[in-house]
Amino acid sequence: MTIQVAAPAEAEAKPRYKLAMYWASACGGCDVAVLNLGMKLIEFTERWEPVFWPAAMDGKRADVRAMDDGEIDVCLFDGGIRTDEDAEMAHLLRAKSKVLVAFGSCASEGCIPGLANQRSIEHVLAAAYDPELNDVTDGQVPNGPWESPYGELHLPTLQVRLQTLAQVVDIDYSVPGCPPETERIAEVLGAVTAALDGTGPLPPKGAVLGAGTSTVCDECKRERGVKSIKEFKRIQTLAEVDPDLCLLEQGLPCCGPAARDGCGAKCPAAGAPCIGCYGATQGVNDFGARLLSAYASVVDASEPEEIERILAGLPDTVGQFYRFSLAASLLHGGRS
Amino acid sequence: MTAPMTTPQTSAMAPAVTAQPFEPLILGFTCNWCSYRAADLAGTSRIKYPDNVRLIRLMCSGRMEPEFILEGFAKGADAVIMTGCWPEDCHYRIQSVKALRRFLFLRRMLSDLGIEPARLQRFYASAAEGKRFADEMTRIVAEVKALGPIPPEIRVTLAAEPAAPAPVAEPVEVEA
Amino acid sequence: MTAPKTGVYICHCGTNISAMVDVEAVRDWALDELGDKGVVVSRDYPFMCSSLGQELIEKDIKEYGLERVVVGACSPHMHEKTFREASSNAGLNPYLAELVSIREQVSWVHTDKAKATEKAKAIIAGGVYRVAEHEPLEPLIAPVNNATLIVGGGIAGLTAALEIAKAGYPVHIVEREPSIGGHMAQYDKTFPTLDCAACILTPKMVDAGAHKNITLHTWSEVVDVSGSVGDFKIKVKHKPRYVVEADCTGCGICWEKCPVQVIDTGFESGLGYRKAIYTPFPQAVPKYPVLTPDDCTYFAKGTCRACEKFCPVDCIDFTQTDEFVEFNVGSILLATGFQPFDARRIESYGYGRLPNVFTSMEFERMSNAAGPTGGKIVLRDGVTEPKAVAIVHCVGSRDKNTNEYCSAVCCMQSLKFAHLVREHTKADVYECYIDMRTPGKGYDEFYNRVLEEGTQFIRGRVAEITDSLRYPEEEGHEGRLIVQVEDTLAGVKRRIPVDMVMLSTGIEPQADATEVARMFGVGCSSKGFIIERHAKLDPVATMTDGVFAAGTALGPRDIPSSVSNGAAAAATILSRIAQGEIAMEPYRASVDTERCSGCRICNDLCPFSAITFDEMAMVTNINPKLCQGCGVCVAACPANAISGSGFSHHQIMAQIDGLLSYPGGSDGRPVEEAVGATA
Repeated sequence: MTIQVAAPAEAEAKPRYKLAMYWASACGGCDVAVLNLGMKLIEFTERWEPVFWPAAMDGKRADVRAMDDGEIDVCLFDGGIRTDEDAEMAHLLRAKSKVLVAFGSCASEGCIPGLANQRSIEHVLAAAYDPELNDVTDGQVPNGPWESPYGELHLPTLQVRLQTLAQVVDIDYSVPGCPPETERIAEVLGAVTAALDGTGPLPPKGAVLGAGTSTVCDECKRERGVKSIKEFKRIQTLAEVDPDLCLLEQGLPCCGPAARDGCGAKCPAAGAPCIGCYGATQGVNDFGARLLSAYASVVDASEPEEIERILAGLPDTVGQFYRFSLAASLLHGGRS
Repeated sequence: MTAPMTTPQTSAMAPAVTAQPFEPLILGFTCNWCSYRAADLAGTSRIKYPDNVRLIRLMCSGRMEPEFILEGFAKGADAVIMTGCWPEDCHYRIQSVKALRRFLFLRRMLSDLGIEPARLQRFYASAAEGKRFADEMTRIVAEVKALGPIPPEIRVTLAAEPAAPAPVAEPVEVEA
Repeated sequence: MTAPKTGVYICHCGTNISAMVDVEAVRDWALDELGDKGVVVSRDYPFMCSSLGQELIEKDIKEYGLERVVVGACSPHMHEKTFREASSNAGLNPYLAELVSIREQVSWVHTDKAKATEKAKAIIAGGVYRVAEHEPLEPLIAPVNNATLIVGGGIAGLTAALEIAKAGYPVHIVEREPSIGGHMAQYDKTFPTLDCAACILTPKMVDAGAHKNITLHTWSEVVDVSGSVGDFKIKVKHKPRYVVEADCTGCGICWEKCPVQVIDTGFESGLGYRKAIYTPFPQAVPKYPVLTPDDCTYFAKGTCRACEKFCPVDCIDFTQTDEFVEFNVGSILLATGFQPFDARRIESYGYGRLPNVFTSMEFERMSNAAGPTGGKIVLRDGVTEPKAVAIVHCVGSRDKNTNEYCSAVCCMQSLKFAHLVREHTKADVYECYIDMRTPGKGYDEFYNRVLEEGTQFIRGRVAEITDSLRYPEEEGHEGRLIVQVEDTLAGVKRRIPVDMVMLSTGIEPQADATEVARMFGVGCSSKGFIIERHAKLDPVATMTDGVFAAGTALGPRDIPSSVSNGAAAAATILSRIAQGEIAMEPYRASVDTERCSGCRICNDLCPFSAITFDEMAMVTNINPKLCQGCGVCVAACPANAISGSGFSHHQIMAQIDGLLSYPGGSDGRPVEEAVGATA
């Protein structure tokens, strides 16, 4: 099942490392971001042998089980841990991998699927399989063993809440982003290759790779001044977005001040507020709390009624402050 | 649609009659210049109040990071109290107001996460208001007792047990 | 990371703590349960703050090589310094020692010993967790400006001003009245020696006015205070006198010629008159008069200008406006004094309704030879000498309806009045008191003297003062006042007919005391008296470094106490000046510019202007000299680029964990159960 690549002669002296990539509870965008490496990906295969990658090649769990512990050099694990299958694969790949990387926002912070942690499993399933909206399952709610027209099917069972990879197993690194920027992925793979070759530094365990240690504002080119928020606005209600001015100063709830840099501030550059997919920056325990504190600090009001009025401009506080990081928040077991 | 589980159904969900009355665990934050000294004054004046509250001293109520409060809830507090200077008497002039803003923002978000607003309390106490400090402590403890513990279903959502280790049982192939 | 070696010390505080907290249990628990947090030694001691207690810590630091110290005792506001110094003596950085309060927060406020003990354990755990995150700090050193601002030119402020000026350092006195002197200048005699108040006060006023190191800002108010300990920037408003001080000789022709007579509700307490341009009293310092536009005909109608016409040196200037001056000082003394209780608030005493009911301040002016009656004690008609006088104690003091506190001076001033009435008239004097409080030097002797002089003392609070006669035996007393009082010693109700009643009014904070306290950043009681840093051991310092208080601004007290306060404050201030610099808590915010994204969230949060933005580097900077350590920017920084020493994120998070992790909830719930299980 290995991809056979005609390796150039000069590379033959160098070892070829074993790479796995797994897709747990996630949208698959992380896998696509890796595939977006394009020609670079082909170059990487000179040094990397994909041994397990459900999104790109055939492979069964049994194949992984058959491997020796630590046989995989690096596993990029994307997706949160929402089902018993996710958890099982997390434990399995942990055992089989020398280096386990929480790859992308879901594995690192829970991401959008993590927002379902606000509700019970019953509520989540009822919403997902609401017969009014969804006729695929004929009103049945598939979860675990399921009577299908073809006999009993065993589907993964939802657990109480979605967890990040680090909440379930010991991880070595994480790469943030929804998805991680493709050029950052290339850098990470390059750096890891060098580290394994012994020609580059090995990042300390727990390090966040493929990102900076400041926030998106550091990369954002917009002009900015002292902040004073009189009103939160929604971008669709703005007649015009000033192309040069800081979006937060225009009243748009931009997550740039709190989101880790590394993405190149692409969203603000395109006129859309940062939604915080790179997550909390270095040393921050709780992205939402940080951003909330920053916003509240610069609200231009002293009276409770006026503060509440401005706050009402953020109708979904959890979505605003925890769009990507609810599962990793302090309240959801984020800090050990 | 099922009702959001964050709708507090405390009375219905609470365990049936327990042998011991519920004693809440409450975390309180104080400002070095006013409310901490008010607590000191309550002490020197020997004014009694319930023992449920554990205090932390900050230099200013404006030092309050929302993370501190979330950590409190995550680590088992049934309620958190923010105290500070009367806004017009703030030792750092205008910083008490910043605490107010963060308090209102955070209370809203906690409420959206299923933690009742009454579990995040705030009051002002000057250094001379030892009596007030003790009275407020008594009031808040009574209020939180009436609320009961944070409902178990919220607690579970807050910090559930980690997923079970990999099952050694028969692998289950997915064919959907 | 291994936990730093930590010593835990539990104080009994005599029995203050040990009566409500099982200190031995806490001691053993700390060693058993907090071992993995680094606790290697845990002790209890009757008085940790004693020299023996401190030696215990010092010895352990050396023997065990302790890296952290946690003391469970009283409030850090009481003994934090003590234990920091003890640690420092043994070679441990003082900021690696933490004092947590199990007295004010536990033993003194709780009643269930088992639960109090559990809470004490949690507090100790909080301290142990927190201190592990501490880092060595050095106090910040700031130079002390050698100038002093004294707010209020009464006897307390004057005393301090003269002491500091004599030592050779500049003093600014800001006084909002036209003259320095304060209330004492209004008094006739001072108890118990019966010195003439003016005779002992005016030399000090003259000295202060003439001293080269003292700058007087009379008819002025402080309008802004900025800067911080060691170097405050003061802005003072000089209200217009409409008199050019540089030219005025104080000759007095202007007020002689001024045709407008105004009831003098200030210095003369409403008993006398002044002109629209006036000096409050002949010995006023400075000598320049003040013109009050509200009273002046020229300001009302545009004509008159008598003062201007007759002024021999042409120093009247109707165009003057507020002037503002700014200067820097290193220390501030608040000696803002008091206001007498407004006797109108007790309606049953009839002040303001019954003409012959007087207040103590009115009496002071009346019995003063330089006062409106030339020292004659007469009824409101100005001529009739009273035949019987009642003096009512505790007016506005020791009364739940007004002020619960004792005003400290009323008993003695009442005794003084009794003596003066008998000296000036042949009247019978009745003193109606609740308790006679004469604890000062020579005070009780004075009481005995007044007793022997024949004053009649009635122990009882006066219920009512009325001019309506009720009983047949009161016939013939028409036009007189009846004082209704229960004589609690004789057990009878008495209605005493008198001609004059003197209400011994109490001491209240100035009407704007809370605003003044706020401007200077000091704490005050809900009534408005400034709170001392320590009521007994630091009685003239306030909670704010570099700001001191003296006299009745702190609470009711007599002249000797006010003078002592002033002198004590002067000594404290001089000691600061002599040191030349001051050590400040090193609690400051700082920016990691590598981490700062330049988002500018924090830029407008600092009221002390410590935060600036570097447009070139696109990062924020914090000036540690201006930073006051509140930590608002630390909490606001979304990039986690600002950290606050002494109250860092990690320290506080650790303390929260400690407080909540041990020994479970206050109802004994193990923490796992409380949180909902962790594996």
